[in-house]
Amino acid sequence: MNELSFFIQALIYLTSAIIIVPIANRLGLGSVLGYLIAGIVIGPFVFGFVGTEGKDMLHFAEFGVVMMLFAIGLELELDLLWRLKFWLLGLGGLQIILTTIITAAFSFGFGFQWKPALALGLILSLSSTAIVLQTLKEKGLMKSVSGQAAFSVLLFQDMAVIPILAIFPMLSDSEVTTSSHGHSLIEHLPGYVKTLVVLSVVIGIILVGKYLLSPFFRLLAKSGNREIFTGASLLLVIAISVLMGSVGVSAALGTFLGGVVLASSEFRHELESNIEPFKGLLLGLFFLSVGASMDLPVVMESPSKILGIVFGIIFTKALVLFLLGLVFRLPLDQNLYFSLALSQVGEFSFVLFGYSEGLGLFQQETIVILVACVAVSMALTPVLLLLYEKTIFGFLESKIPKKQTEQNIHKQENPVIICGFGRFGNMLGRFLRSNAIGITILDFDADRVEMLGRFGFKVYFGDATRLELLESAGLEHAKVLVAALDNPEKQAELIRNVSQHYPKIKIVARAGDREGAYDLKEMGVQYIYRETRETAVLMGRDVLRLLGTRSYTAEKAKNLFLKHDDETFHELFDLRRDRVQYMSLAKQRNAELERLMLVDLGQEEELGRDPWSEMER
Amino acid sequence: MPKILILLVHPALEKSKANQMLLDSIPNSENITLHDLYEEYPNFSINVKAEQNLIADHQIILFQHPLYWYSCPPLMKLWIDMVLEDGWAYGPGGNQLSGKKWIQVITTGGSKDAYSKSGFHGYETEDFLLPFRRTAELCGMDFLKPFLVQGTFQLTELDLQKESNRYSKFINQLLGGIYE
Repeated sequence: MNELSFFIQALIYLTSAIIIVPIANRLGLGSVLGYLIAGIVIGPFVFGFVGTEGKDMLHFAEFGVVMMLFAIGLELELDLLWRLKFWLLGLGGLQIILTTIITAAFSFGFGFQWKPALALGLILSLSSTAIVLQTLKEKGLMKSVSGQAAFSVLLFQDMAVIPILAIFPMLSDSEVTTSSHGHSLIEHLPGYVKTLVVLSVVIGIILVGKYLLSPFFRLLAKSGNREIFTGASLLLVIAISVLMGSVGVSAALGTFLGGVVLASSEFRHELESNIEPFKGLLLGLFFLSVGASMDLPVVMESPSKILGIVFGIIFTKALVLFLLGLVFRLPLDQNLYFSLALSQVGEFSFVLFGYSEGLGLFQQETIVILVACVAVSMALTPVLLLLYEKTIFGFLESKIPKKQTEQNIHKQENPVIICGFGRFGNMLGRFLRSNAIGITILDFDADRVEMLGRFGFKVYFGDATRLELLESAGLEHAKVLVAALDNPEKQAELIRNVSQHYPKIKIVARAGDREGAYDLKEMGVQYIYRETRETAVLMGRDVLRLLGTRSYTAEKAKNLFLKHDDETFHELFDLRRDRVQYMSLAKQRNAELERLMLVDLGQEEELGRDPWSEMER
Repeated sequence: MPKILILLVHPALEKSKANQMLLDSIPNSENITLHDLYEEYPNFSINVKAEQNLIADHQIILFQHPLYWYSCPPLMKLWIDMVLEDGWAYGPGGNQLSGKKWIQVITTGGSKDAYSKSGFHGYETEDFLLPFRRTAELCGMDFLKPFLVQGTFQLTELDLQKESNRYSKFINQLLGGIYE
């Protein structure tokens, strides 16, 4: 591919995505289906803009899946994984075993040998992580019972790919052909050494992630160069993929592991938001190339055969999942959703079919047909879910009491995000934490982040003015955003970003002084706090007390002053441009306040009497 | 010798000559504790445990307060609500106050005549204290006759001096175990 044709390809892919995905979204089909349709449209069998290199593109775009798993890993802390173990092993394990047995039995019935039948069963038992997770995320169902169940099953499937890859050569009768996919460095080594190498690589990744990456990122963070940090994030993902690939383990699983290791690091959100754009684009490209590589003539030649197989697969998988859902007591509406969502065949099947082709497990024509079936089943998933939502789901949802949905759902999103954790944010954080309010903290000072981490605060490193970072920190689910950045320009940028894209969230902002507070009010911030105001007045109250004023009276004086100051602030705001009027009103209000205070302190009698002085002296 | 706890409850003490003079006349004694609630709790966040411990240590509880709208100032009502807990002051196992004396020292702007059947207010001062009496009784306390300083709007310096002397004598009697 020369340079020009590369750009032309990019032009075609991007244009089709930009045109079709928003339309699909508008129609409620979800972006996954949008990408698939766009892929079919530009593919060799409709407009033919892109040729048969769709398959090569697919290999490249599989990196999107790898990145997605890294991102999923980042969101998974080990304790969540531990909590899911029951579903992960039970639901995920049984799903693969049952589906494999049933589909293998069917294939055997259709005249396959038992070995290829078993291989086919294993391939078809996998579902598409990319499609399901993307759909669940877009619909905000990740934390629902069905979402967690689906996630557990997918995770187990992704892990199962490794043993499946190991089993395949054993299922092959012809020993000679080494696969085109298996060019791993350790191929020639004996079995136990292979196992040892894989194990040590995995342990190596865990150790490096745990002990070396945080200091390394901290060092990079101190350089303050964002591009370098993004580059390092990408490097990390690519390095893990290469490393895992070279020892024959799925890159997706490797990066997932890497993600899990880094999930408890303070750089979690920053990494996530750095990867996010690449991940999104590559995933889109992945779906596009699935669409483009769909062999339409094969489908058109024998549509009834293909549709028969596809619906057979979907029905079998959904049935197995549904029955398991019953055993695992998912609520009916959630169970149906979960079964349908996972009923397609996953992207790993492309890899596995290619692999088995090399092993001579299936005939060429069989593979062409089956790959088409897989693609169709993937394309059908969003449609099925949409149909389900529009018909049965809404009906069921109103009938089923919600009691079970709350169980097992771990709310990771915190209602409050604090941006900037210096002396001010720190105090606020301590107060909220002591009131059992969940807070997510973002700070751009690597040393401080590390230090506060040692105090047991969950602080994440990152530049809070970046919307993607805020989003991966859970901005969508937060109710209050605390803007407490030291730099006024950064503070303004943060507030503008958030209020523009998330108008519903309440912004509570810290200002340095009165001028800073005016600037914030100008931006439309409703809740403004001057950082030194309350403390200074509290100090004033205590000085009054030290000078002999009774504490209740001093307290009242403090409250009166603050109230008066609030009112004056809003009045003066309108005049802040006109210095002459501003000064005059400010002076007038100060004089007023002084008089009010004296009356309240009982030092001036003739004006505005205290109600209590009427009753008794 | 019984120990006396004087709970002073006055939101604007600096404006009350009468109460200031009464305070000044309290005898110096190890057995008297003066506890100024508005000084202690300007934010109205009462430390219930500390208050209970304080009471447990005394036999005579004396509330010194002005009469506002035929009742006590708000912090005193809050104090009653918070400190006299179920299971501590009353109810099952709530016997921490039993046998203690409850006395109110009340200043009123209106005169003794105004607080009478035929007077402006139409009732005796003690009639207005019925809720306090019941509260004390429920806690198993002896509700004693209040010490009243009335007509403070009209009192002269000399009158106030007399009232103070009377208060001083009253407290000394309490310390001596004499209750009227």
